[in-house]
Amino acid sequence: MFAYLVRRLFLMLVTLFGISIVIFFLLRIVPGNIVDILFAAAGYVDPADKANLEKELGIDQPLIVQYWHWISGFLRGDFGYSYVSEKPALQEILPRIPITARLAGLALLFSASIGIPLGVISAVKQGTKLDYALRVVSLSGLSLPSFWLGLLILTAAVAMFGQIPIFNPNPQTWLEAFTTYAVPAAAVGFRSAALTMRITRSSMLEVLRQDYIRTARAKGASDAAVNYHHALKNAILPVITVIGIEAAFLIGGLIVTETVFNIPGVARFLVEAIRWRDYPIVQNLVMFIAVVVVFANFTVDMLYAVFDPRIRYTD
Amino acid sequence: MANKSDLVLDVKNLKTVFFTNSGLFKAVDDLSFTVKRGETLAIVGESGCGKSVTALSLMRLVPDPPGRIVGGSVTLEGTDLLALDEAQMRAVRGNRISMIFQEPMTSLNPVIRIGDQIVEAVRLHRNLSRKEAGEIAVEMLRLVRIPEPARRAREYPHQLSGGMRQRAMIAMALACRPALLIADEPTTALDVTIQAQILALILDLQRELGTGLVLITHDLGVVAQTAQRVIVMYAGRKVEEAGVEALFAAPKHPYTRGLMASIPAVPASGAPAQARLNEIPGTVPSLVRLPQGCAFAPRCKLAVKRCEAEYPPLADWGGGHLAACWRAEEVAEVA
Repeated sequence: MFAYLVRRLFLMLVTLFGISIVIFFLLRIVPGNIVDILFAAAGYVDPADKANLEKELGIDQPLIVQYWHWISGFLRGDFGYSYVSEKPALQEILPRIPITARLAGLALLFSASIGIPLGVISAVKQGTKLDYALRVVSLSGLSLPSFWLGLLILTAAVAMFGQIPIFNPNPQTWLEAFTTYAVPAAAVGFRSAALTMRITRSSMLEVLRQDYIRTARAKGASDAAVNYHHALKNAILPVITVIGIEAAFLIGGLIVTETVFNIPGVARFLVEAIRWRDYPIVQNLVMFIAVVVVFANFTVDMLYAVFDPRIRYTD
Repeated sequence: MANKSDLVLDVKNLKTVFFTNSGLFKAVDDLSFTVKRGETLAIVGESGCGKSVTALSLMRLVPDPPGRIVGGSVTLEGTDLLALDEAQMRAVRGNRISMIFQEPMTSLNPVIRIGDQIVEAVRLHRNLSRKEAGEIAVEMLRLVRIPEPARRAREYPHQLSGGMRQRAMIAMALACRPALLIADEPTTALDVTIQAQILALILDLQRELGTGLVLITHDLGVVAQTAQRVIVMYAGRKVEEAGVEALFAAPKHPYTRGLMASIPAVPASGAPAQARLNEIPGTVPSLVRLPQGCAFAPRCKLAVKRCEAEYPPLADWGGGHLAACWRAEEVAEVA
């Protein structure tokens, strides 16, 4: 087990290294840099000024040197300065992380706590009207993009209450915090809940046919014990996989949702930074997201072993 | 004749049907039999003759839809199980009547420890703490002769061999000391060497605990070793019932005779091996389109006009030897 963990951590480092190269060079392929953008906005171009500014920011150097400069700083914990605000990149990124983390956490919580039970119910009541209704709702969840759903929610709020929910940066109570995040989290979590429900349903249908389910009934176990104890315990693995993947995909949904709901999280900040070609912010932020995703995958793999005793990570 | 109170199970005119796309079929049709305390009743027949559906009907575990028990009664220790509601039936299942299945590899829940699966069976029916039930679970594993039962109780099914898993299934089924145990082909999926051990174990425990046993099998060798009485089923109906000696000595139904002839004989040393195994020609008819008369008639060498027109009644040939055949008398002569 220890050797497995060491090997696994090593692989994660290799993955992150690969990601750092992809981020860096993709960002350089995008035409223009911050200097071009600034000068284009000013409408006046003095090549000497431009060269000066590029030199000052270090973006006149060969790409390899620039990459080395960034990655060595990253490893030392020196994340550089934002081109736009000229503040340390860390100072710009850190305060925004909890906002997005809460949003993402709540969205995942919705997806699991709504998707899994509904999936079980849908499977147990297969072929009934309830099953069909749940499947139609989940299909709509899969087909509605979250930004569109967000807009619908805002429009509905205006139509019904005459106002839209404003993001409250300093909630005083738990309830206030929940109401601040619940609506955007629901908008972005609806899709994952729908997906979780469908996977839970199909996985449960597979498991409910198994011999050990009949054994459980033959013991005299109740329907609830059969469905949630015997069946769900076996059906949960694919669901965990999907929730793990969704956790990574969520960031994409959050970018638009944060924009639609005007929430100052990292996702919206990232879009802003890309627009300005603010390399230090984009590189470090994407790298941070990559670390989160890699660790989410690692957690999912470890959870397999927790839920299925047949899976053991040996050397 | 047995004393009434000796009867553990009394099945009368049981009828289970399945509604399928190709029509309704009677998987079990008008089946009656009894099991006494400590008695072993074997139910034999080919695949698809209704043996397993009979077992599931007794447990009221026939998948509905498509199946449904539409008639008869199943009286266990004086209670008609078919009259109970689902909650009452749950209190009986695994408690007074329990079942072991054919596939030990897939019949235990792979993600729950062996001990916990037995503990669950105990605690569903006995008001015991987790710890007390755990002790019973280990005791049951010892009873089914699993070595190091305390350690095995903490293991998962995949860590046990097929024979061990079937022993664990038996331990689970008997944990609440049921009055009736149904064993549906309990040894079919096991190695030949293990089969004999498991059968001997079931019989020992049955004797020890005084459990009535319904043993479902297609293997007449198993029947001869274990049962006191035998029911032969064909196309959902009982075609013959007799004590085991009477049945093997003088089968009255051509189908039973065919089953016996299909057992390959071991040639005496020096004698030439039998050129070809005996078989019953044809297959079990589709239950959706059963012939009007005897369902076995199309495969029967003795069949006459009457067999195809009228279903023969179960007639008593003395000593509780029942057979449903118009030509039962000739069966013995043909042999």
